[in-house]
Amino acid sequence: MVSLLRELNEKALALNIPLSVQLDLTYRCNERCVHCYLEHDDRGEMTTAEIEHLLDELADAGVFVLSLSGGEIFLRKDFFEILEYARLKRQFCVKLKTNAIMIREPEAARLREIGVESIQISIYSHRPEVHDGITLVPGSLRRSLAAARFLKSQGLRVIFANVLMVQNVQDYSGMRALAEELGMEYTLDPTVTPMMDGDRSVLRWGIGHEALRQVFRDQALVGDGEEFCTIPAPGDENSLLALPCSAGHTACYVSPYGDVFPCVQFPLPTGNVRKQKFIDIWRHSEKMNEVRSIRLKDLTTCTSCAHVGSCTRCPGLAYMEGNMRGPSSQDCEKSFARSGVASANMLAQKRVAPNLVQIRAVPASPPVAAGALV
Amino acid sequence: MSKLYIARNPRAAARSLDGEMMIMSSTDSTLFTLNKTATILWQWADGSTPLDEIVEKRICTEFEVAATEALADAQALARELAGCEILELSETPITTRQPPLGEKW
Repeated sequence: MVSLLRELNEKALALNIPLSVQLDLTYRCNERCVHCYLEHDDRGEMTTAEIEHLLDELADAGVFVLSLSGGEIFLRKDFFEILEYARLKRQFCVKLKTNAIMIREPEAARLREIGVESIQISIYSHRPEVHDGITLVPGSLRRSLAAARFLKSQGLRVIFANVLMVQNVQDYSGMRALAEELGMEYTLDPTVTPMMDGDRSVLRWGIGHEALRQVFRDQALVGDGEEFCTIPAPGDENSLLALPCSAGHTACYVSPYGDVFPCVQFPLPTGNVRKQKFIDIWRHSEKMNEVRSIRLKDLTTCTSCAHVGSCTRCPGLAYMEGNMRGPSSQDCEKSFARSGVASANMLAQKRVAPNLVQIRAVPASPPVAAGALV
Repeated sequence: MSKLYIARNPRAAARSLDGEMMIMSSTDSTLFTLNKTATILWQWADGSTPLDEIVEKRICTEFEVAATEALADAQALARELAGCEILELSETPITTRQPPLGEKW
């Protein structure tokens, strides 16, 4: 399955086909998570007809995987109408991202009937006081877990998505145990994302270096910790020709207002589907093509970094720091926490002292990609 | 010999990638890719056109293959796809029929 997906991705890349798109149906939300990167006011969401037209365009462009997200998707009164259109009229493979607190038995049964690939639910802790303290909605954990049980009872695939922050960093083992007990999948993301308008104040909730270091050494999460945390092999010529990530290559993001971006974490506006056809934006937007042209060898600072071949550098986070070809400090932190080797960016900013002895691994076995953690 | 009718399972996710179909089963999210012959079967699986007619009009005209051999292969393939729940199979026309997708897909 993984190799088939990789093969399809390579084919889509060669043909310039956007294999997967995240479409946010709304930015409105019934939770107020302290770390959220969105403004929740409605500035004129696409109508049902506009979204159905967009889904036609996405299907015609070759999009196969459609992630419907928000905001809270169930706040749209036409949610099931949109979902039915996407699934039964245009045969998308649909993934949902939700807090699930509006899902009860009838909604779960209807999701089963329509068929979705997975439902990802944001859960921050197994302890109500911690989870509800992050969502700022009393009772939200209880409601989300009840929904997860309804969904599971329908045979649906449920994934708990756990963003790690200072408030809940001690709870991820409990979260994993809970997910296991309920038969749910579990993903952990140690990255807090800046707000889409560039406001970085939410980054104060990010876990620090020491906590990150401990997470990366938890064998229950990363498997062979020694291998995961190995000192990176130096990048070779081939690795410098690699693409930074799928954003703008086989994937992109569409906002509730029709704005198209390379990724939800990469708020570079490339066009609007209310004014242009999606396929024209995808193929001809100068900004999209600029993103598409970047290879690792084109990055400033990172090309000279010991981590260049193994870093999880997010070009969107780099863009939000001011330069899409520059480093993403949060990923520098991750590489540093994983291996103990400071990144070129950190050394340039003199945030850490250089190692007295620079040890480089023999590039015999490639390091495990940090994809084990989201 | 009785006729065989095939219909796409409307709950399967599907998209054409360079003339080959990517199909995801709605029951267990297994991903399949169909080769060009299987893709033709999928595209014309409208529930009302008999399989032998699809083979004769859509496959034998496209590929240099004898009709009897092509039909036997198509029947085996259709049964396999039905086993994966991405195609429905019946000896009578399938009432939840869908229009053929034809070359537009």
